[in-house]
Amino acid sequence: VTADVAALLPLPPVTFHILLALADEDRHGYAIIQEVAMRTNGELKLSAGTLYRSIQRMLEQGLIVETRDRPAPEDDDERRRYYRITKFGVETARAEARRLAQLVRLARASGFAPGRA
Amino acid sequence: MMRFYRLLLRLYPASFRAEYEAEMCAIFATRRRDENALMAGIRAVFDVLTTAPRVHADVCWQDLAWTLRTLRQSPGFTLTALTITALGLGATTAAFTLLDHVLLRPLPFPRPEQLMVLAQTAPRGNGRAAVTPPNYEDWRSMNKSFSSLGAYIGVPLPVNLSGQGEPARLDAWTVNAYVFPTLGVRPAVGRSLTAEDDRPGAPSVVMFSDELAGALFGGASNAVGRTIRLDNRPYTIVGVMPPGFAFPTREARLWTPLAGLPPTSWESRTNHMLGVIGRLRPDVSLEQARADLRVIAGQLERAYPKENDDVGADVRGMRDIIAPNSRLLVLAVFGGAFCVLLIACSNLANLLFARAMVRRQELAVRVAIGAGRERLVRQLLTESLALALAGGAIGLGLAALATPALAVLVPLGLPIRATPEMDWRVFGFAAALAVATSVVFGVGPAVRSLREADLNALRARAAIGGHMSRLRSALVIGEIVATVVLLIGAGLLIKAIWRVQQVDPGFKPEGVLTLRTAVPFRSTPDERRAFYSRVLSEARTLPGVKSAAYVSFVPLTFSGGNFPVTVPGVTAPSEEIQAHVRFVTPDFFAALGIPLLRGRDISERDNSTSPRVVVISQSLARRLWPGQDPIGREINHGTVVGAVGDVAVNGLEADSMPQVYLSAEQLPPDLVFYAPKDLVVRASGNPAALTPALRRIIREVKPEQAISDVRLLEEIVWSQTAPRRAQLRVLGAFAAIALLLAAVGIHGVLSYAVSTRTQEVGVRMALGAGRGNILLMFLRQGLKLGVGGIVIAMPLAYGVARGMTSLLFGVNPADPSIYGAAALLALIMTMTGSLRPTLRAARVDPAITIRTE
Repeated sequence: VTADVAALLPLPPVTFHILLALADEDRHGYAIIQEVAMRTNGELKLSAGTLYRSIQRMLEQGLIVETRDRPAPEDDDERRRYYRITKFGVETARAEARRLAQLVRLARASGFAPGRA
Repeated sequence: MMRFYRLLLRLYPASFRAEYEAEMCAIFATRRRDENALMAGIRAVFDVLTTAPRVHADVCWQDLAWTLRTLRQSPGFTLTALTITALGLGATTAAFTLLDHVLLRPLPFPRPEQLMVLAQTAPRGNGRAAVTPPNYEDWRSMNKSFSSLGAYIGVPLPVNLSGQGEPARLDAWTVNAYVFPTLGVRPAVGRSLTAEDDRPGAPSVVMFSDELAGALFGGASNAVGRTIRLDNRPYTIVGVMPPGFAFPTREARLWTPLAGLPPTSWESRTNHMLGVIGRLRPDVSLEQARADLRVIAGQLERAYPKENDDVGADVRGMRDIIAPNSRLLVLAVFGGAFCVLLIACSNLANLLFARAMVRRQELAVRVAIGAGRERLVRQLLTESLALALAGGAIGLGLAALATPALAVLVPLGLPIRATPEMDWRVFGFAAALAVATSVVFGVGPAVRSLREADLNALRARAAIGGHMSRLRSALVIGEIVATVVLLIGAGLLIKAIWRVQQVDPGFKPEGVLTLRTAVPFRSTPDERRAFYSRVLSEARTLPGVKSAAYVSFVPLTFSGGNFPVTVPGVTAPSEEIQAHVRFVTPDFFAALGIPLLRGRDISERDNSTSPRVVVISQSLARRLWPGQDPIGREINHGTVVGAVGDVAVNGLEADSMPQVYLSAEQLPPDLVFYAPKDLVVRASGNPAALTPALRRIIREVKPEQAISDVRLLEEIVWSQTAPRRAQLRVLGAFAAIALLLAAVGIHGVLSYAVSTRTQEVGVRMALGAGRGNILLMFLRQGLKLGVGGIVIAMPLAYGVARGMTSLLFGVNPADPSIYGAAALLALIMTMTGSLRPTLRAARVDPAITIRTE
């Protein structure tokens, strides 16, 4: 299912946020929503439908996988599914970050963004 | 609240729900707890409504991508399925477009069902005839059934249009004031023709079509009020008809009133020259109108016992004037197309079915590893629909290409467009059929196999149910039946054309050039005579001209001009014979190559002061004076001075009346319509090379004279079979397609049979069966299908052929050579289709097949 990284760029913002949320640990759906909300200071509150539609596509694209490693039983809810970013997912997120950085550099050069060109 | 949310989640695809429903419910529960419950509910509804369609779209995209991938993996299957669908849909759409255009669609006039065409019936069952002016006037004043009756002269008169750029030749239709009101069409600009315009001596006026006004003056409103010159006389344009209007034929562009006719020609009760149309009153039925006209015809017969003896009136709907053979030609083409559609659909069914069976294992594996059934069905559905729609799109392109080619089959005499427009309804119908076929046969079997025992399919390539393979055989037999019927139909028509082309027209068309120069009606006899004699004497001096003459109408171009023939004092009215009457100049028979059997040709001395003379055709001489010499005898048209061979004046396929030829110089004033128009020139070399010289001669004799219909006589004869040849090309193409598709069908069924019976073959061979036996076993299976189809097809084909008898021109509808040839072709096709799978069966290696089990 893995495809060329370049073919997926630019990433939809929701996809990028989900990848960022999964960067440091495996999370289940609701945890992803909370993590994204926290990282964006509550600006982006994903709805359930948007989240799972993105997850389904990301699974197809090979950006994330479902993991069978479960947390300690006292924290676990068996209805939950946990997702982990793949190597391909990491590469794609990096490529997207580079793309955005490049964009910001261009914006600076034109004086649209603060900082040195 | 939770129940409601679960219900809402049903908007997502089942596969999505299966994965995420539980978690989404959990999130919803948390949200409800943490936030305002009502707000959470509203947000959830909004969320589901906005994302569910997108999830569906995602799935469709995935399935489409999967479809493209799998179709690319089996290009043979894809190509075959697309070809089949495209051919079936294309043929049916094009053929139905034609059928609808010619036979079904209402004519382009208001309340077209009220429009009728009226004609006289000739005495003693001699068919229909054009109406004489006095009879028309009497019908018009006496009838109670029609709100309006209009009359026009049945042939267009070529006129030279000058005074507006380059002189142009146009066909002018002479119509009276009632024609346009009867049709219910008003001019778009200006006024219509009035009874005042029809009076002799009225100012010369003309009406234009929108097209002509646009071409000459850049628009209808610019044209009205202008003066143009027709045959060098000024005419004022009083009105322009709306765009698209054409009557009586689709090529009519210009209409003049009756005023230009000599009054005497309006008074003769034997001058058959008018086409008559009528509009029924709203409360009058066709039957009532017929009864009304029957009574009037009876009254006229009593009032004019001589001229109207046994003359009736014929009324029929304007849609129904199309010749039965034209109708049959169109129906036959449609029947052929429908055969192709049926063959295509059954072939598609077979193909998809075979594919579904092959895939059963793959599908079972996917179900076993957890793929949802709903996802699989969706994928298969997407694949079937994509195939059907892509095939349909190609088919639509084919139909668009084919429709103009079918335009040859649109009869000229109907006031409808020459090229039919593509019919979307029939395309929709055909596309729906293709989609249904692909869904029923592409998805149905697969779903059933999923529902049944999934694991059985995993375990072995279990033989499929017997009734399914019987269904497939039945489909193939159906294809063969349709193919054989098509082959026989096309074969009989080929033989018929061949026969028509063998018909001796009675003259020698090779090396003859004809052109039409209609001298205006207003010309005096002296003007006319001067024109003919100068043109002819100059033409005869041209190098390469063997003979030249003028005639009213070249054979095969005009079926009117029939007059009764009697022997004065001998013929009882009941024995009167109808004959084709033509006025000719000397040398006509030599120019056309009609053999002079007895007596002499019309000569220069047969002029207006000498006794009237006639040359008659052999069949008339035989009927009037069997076994006797006709020369010197009298008929009502003059003294017989010669007898010539008969000519197929009405066409190669029609029975022709006997012919009577009169001297052009002895033309009675009331028959000015039959004044010679057509120049015929027989050349020793290439006749077409004479055209520029003849044009120059005519221009020198009379600069404003219009020249039209410059044609080789051979072309005129050849064009007689043009609709037939067009139809045959179409049916031949259909038959070839059918043959091909049926072969593909047989190949498919046998291939499948071979692949499911490999093991059996291996066992048989291990037990000592030779390759020959195996070969025979499968060949026999193929032959059974072929022979079965042929046997069923024979009586069907005979039924179809009986229905086409009038197109067959005397060819026996049960012609054994055609049936034999069709059966042979079908057998060859069967064997060809069976060959590859059979050979594969014979190559089976028993050691390998048995080991793999």
